[in-house]
Amino acid sequence: MDDRVILRVGAKILIPFILLFALYVQFHGDYGPGGGFQAGVIFAAGFVLYGLIYGLGNVKRVLPPQAVYICSALGVLLFAGVGYVTMALGGVFLDYGVLAHDPEHGQHYGILLVELGVLITVFGVMVAVFYAFAGRGRVET
Amino acid sequence: MTQHLPVLLVVVPLVAAPIAALLNRPRLSWAVAVGATLWALYAALELLSQTMVSGAIHYELGGWTAPYGIEYVVDAANAWVVVIVALIGALVTPYARKSVEREITKDRIPLFYAAFILCLTGLLGIAVTGDVFNVFVFLEISSLSAYALIALGNDRRALTASFQYLIMGSVGATFIVIGIGLMYIMTGTLNMADLADRLPEVASSRTIPVAFTFLTVGITLKLALFPLHMWLPNAYTYAPSAVTAFIASTATKVAVYLLLRFFFTIFGATFSFDVMQLDRILMPLALIAIVAMSLVAIYQENVKRLLAYSSVAQIGYMVLGISFVSVLGLTAGILHLFNHALMKGALFMSMGCVMYRVGSVRLEQMNGLGRAMPWTMAAFVVGGLSLIGVPLTVGFVSKWYLVQAALEQGMWPVAGVVLLGSLLALMYVWKVVEVAYFREVDPELGISEAPLSLLAPTWVLVLGNLYFGINASESVGVATRAAEILLGVL
Repeated sequence: MDDRVILRVGAKILIPFILLFALYVQFHGDYGPGGGFQAGVIFAAGFVLYGLIYGLGNVKRVLPPQAVYICSALGVLLFAGVGYVTMALGGVFLDYGVLAHDPEHGQHYGILLVELGVLITVFGVMVAVFYAFAGRGRVET
Repeated sequence: MTQHLPVLLVVVPLVAAPIAALLNRPRLSWAVAVGATLWALYAALELLSQTMVSGAIHYELGGWTAPYGIEYVVDAANAWVVVIVALIGALVTPYARKSVEREITKDRIPLFYAAFILCLTGLLGIAVTGDVFNVFVFLEISSLSAYALIALGNDRRALTASFQYLIMGSVGATFIVIGIGLMYIMTGTLNMADLADRLPEVASSRTIPVAFTFLTVGITLKLALFPLHMWLPNAYTYAPSAVTAFIASTATKVAVYLLLRFFFTIFGATFSFDVMQLDRILMPLALIAIVAMSLVAIYQENVKRLLAYSSVAQIGYMVLGISFVSVLGLTAGILHLFNHALMKGALFMSMGCVMYRVGSVRLEQMNGLGRAMPWTMAAFVVGGLSLIGVPLTVGFVSKWYLVQAALEQGMWPVAGVVLLGSLLALMYVWKVVEVAYFREVDPELGISEAPLSLLAPTWVLVLGNLYFGINASESVGVATRAAEILLGVL
């Protein structure tokens, strides 16, 4: 791979913007098309690109499989956790209105947290799928 | 907390699944699974007793009112299904610990329990939700985790079986979502009660019959009605024993519930059976399933496979009951949901015990097991008697109501087929009994009785077969109530 300068430099330039764009899609989900699912896939795409150009070993050093495993479970917990908190605060499951004094703000915080949970799980699962396919038939590096 | 029960029933297991995965220790993950299933059983029983006293319970998620937001609705029909799923879950999980240690590699056990709890979550979710799109989401949760669970079987053929199920199951799920989409286009709503109100206005259009057809094919594929059952035998045969016991007693039952919900509550019996004449398709298919699949079961050499074909035949009984479109017929069908879960759960669990000690469930390796593993094989015999429909077992109660429902409408030949099915069941059960009790055991193998943690859950189900066979008033009471709600008699 050392001789493919364009690929290596191109990826290095693109990856920060891919990750930033993912966050844009995530936070813009409140006002327009977007949200946790799409953002999670784009965020994972940044890591997949890194893995494709620099090899599975390097991407696994950046993002260990164990961290990916934890991410995929953590997002679900965050999502459902928000639901539990709203129940503890006296609302029904996922009734974000009770999260703040002003129900409108509560709705805002609630959807942000829930979408963050979606992002984390989708990101984790996408990278896990990439690791599983990319790691087939070769020695673990 | 009581008012949150309908949602807690689903979201406690939903949270338990990632926790089981995060703990990543076989024993700890198992303990989480036990906790989640026991909670589900408690919540299910509580919901059932509440609905029997005070009628349907409504719960609006996120505080959005019903036709716009997602609503969970629990009435006698789905509370009954929830109890079946939770009961089998709570019995299979303690059973799974040793069985799974033997059959699945250690590093995969935490993920096994995570997938197992997710499957339970999905099945419970399908049952309690009052929103058709939510049904599809939970259907995917339960199906995807079921594919993963089946693929964990230690036979390599488990992978192809799982893949076959994946393809067929996805086709079924796609058909269901197409049907839901078409209904949404015509009515603009996804809420079941709202759909039931709005569908009659547009029922004369061409779109609604097409939606109905897609849903029929999709759901009958999921419940493995006769010509669409091809995914089932391999999936049940090669899945880990605990998975077979769980899925065989719950997944197809939940699909039968979906059939009831869509065709009785949403489309309404008048549209489904007078206009679309669905009973004219369901009844012949159910009868063919009973006879043909019982015949195929007789020729099987692998007992799990034999029981799998018998399951397809038993699904025929449930669908037959539904196809009478009478309170008595529906009662029989809904009753058989529960009764079949009891008998097939006991039978597959006893085969799991054999798998644990012998390492195979092929007939030629079961010589003399009646003496080597007396409790295991006794459980099989009682389960088998129940399958045949011998009095004092739940199988008899189901068949009694089925025959009555057939005679009520003067369908003597149908009653005859039901009895013929019992005769065929006798043949395939006898095949196993003969090998286990009338052949000499090979003393060199040194096979001993299965451990208590496997036997105890099996025998709870066996005793359930006897208890609800002798004292059927409770189960028949709930089933009748559910049938009346579905037919709108109440």
